[in-house]
Amino acid sequence: MQDGQTCPPCLPSPCGKLTGRAAGNNGNLDMALTRFIAAGATCFGLLAATTVLADSHGDEATARAVAARQAHMKLNAFNLGPLGAMAKGEMEYDADRAAGAAANLDALAGIDQAGYWPEGSDAGFTDGSKALPAVWENMPEFEQRQQALAEATAQLAAVAGDGLDALKGAMGPVGQACSACHKTFRQSE
Amino acid sequence: MIRALRLLLWLALLAAAGGWFLTRPERLDAAALEGATGDPQQGALVFAAAGCANCHIAPDATITDSAPVLSGGRSFATPFGTFRAPNISPDPEHGIGSWSDAEIVQAIMKGVRRDGAHLYPVFPYAAYARAEPSDILSLVAYLRTLPPSSRPSQSHDMVFPFSVRRGLGLWKLMFLRDGWAVAGDLDPAAQRGRYLAEALAHCSECHTPRNALGGPERSRWLAGAPNPVGKGEIPNITPAELDWSAADIAYYLESGFTPDFDTAGGHMALVVQSLAQLPGDDRAAIAAYLKAVPPAE
Repeated sequence: MQDGQTCPPCLPSPCGKLTGRAAGNNGNLDMALTRFIAAGATCFGLLAATTVLADSHGDEATARAVAARQAHMKLNAFNLGPLGAMAKGEMEYDADRAAGAAANLDALAGIDQAGYWPEGSDAGFTDGSKALPAVWENMPEFEQRQQALAEATAQLAAVAGDGLDALKGAMGPVGQACSACHKTFRQSE
Repeated sequence: MIRALRLLLWLALLAAAGGWFLTRPERLDAAALEGATGDPQQGALVFAAAGCANCHIAPDATITDSAPVLSGGRSFATPFGTFRAPNISPDPEHGIGSWSDAEIVQAIMKGVRRDGAHLYPVFPYAAYARAEPSDILSLVAYLRTLPPSSRPSQSHDMVFPFSVRRGLGLWKLMFLRDGWAVAGDLDPAAQRGRYLAEALAHCSECHTPRNALGGPERSRWLAGAPNPVGKGEIPNITPAELDWSAADIAYYLESGFTPDFDTAGGHMALVVQSLAQLPGDDRAAIAAYLKAVPPAE
């Protein structure tokens, strides 16, 4: 085609199909295309919005689980405080106080932790968590470690009120149980 | 031209001979141990301080109250290559059961194998060289009481040129030092702690930064380093960074609990399990030594 020429109405025109200028019916195509684009954009927008909403909902639940399990660990540390101080000689041995703190540790070790460890809450995916993917890759061993701690704290609770030597002796296995789990399942510094 | 080439050849031969001479393995004089016997009970304490079990037990084993099986097999991936701890159980075929006392002491204190080859300094003979020979002899006596394992030792996977064992002779010349790192007079507890830390527990092997050839930077003794076998940092345990009381340090070495009741993780958890077997005075001594180490960043 040369400049200035228009296409006869009986022939399809490449320009006409796109711009809708040369023949009457081509205008409909143009509008259809616009509608198609508009519909597509709306669908995509809705999809994106629901994905974002769903994701942020998931993030919140994960964040709560991480906060809860970290609080659990802080409770462990809080109850270990007086026991360690007595073992180190920084605090006068007090049988009742020792027995109470040890009973707390024992109770904490018996809490069902299933809700603490949702999928995708490891250090790689979630800010603030130091849990290694190994937790989910090796759940049976992870649960064994929880069990080892439960046994060590049960023993501690049984003897913490029986004198300083008994307390000191029972602290060792508790520390080892904590370390054994952290060694495998928690990110190092 | 020919004369120049010939001169060059002679120089090269001379250099090679010199290199061969410089890197020769230093053997132990067996006569030095003549008549001496080790005490296995003392050896058990040396074993706990030296931390042999921490590296030589099987990869999936833990340190417990029962006699450890030193079957080897743990691997340590470093920039120089991957080391694999050998079987040092008393098994005569796969372990060191058929080695003489002198041969084992030579390996521990000189880093030279029974067949005369240098050992890689991943085995901390740089520290053990400073130990009392009588302590090492007692350690050998204790090692012989442990259960045998038939697990074959695997060879290391070294990156060239670190795969050439003879080159370790040069490494030893450059980096092995006589004498204490924290030199001078210390009070009795810190002195005992220095012996335990520098000659047996080899804390510096992880806690002192190293140069590109793997030699320790002695001016920054115990000032911390990147983890040689994984991610993260090994902490600075000089008074510049470690502000715990001596009692807190000693308790950590016994229980793994930090003053905040967080716990030791990584390889340190194993170290604590070994050091927990020592008498309380020894842990207190290590703590006193750490307080006496020059602060370094």
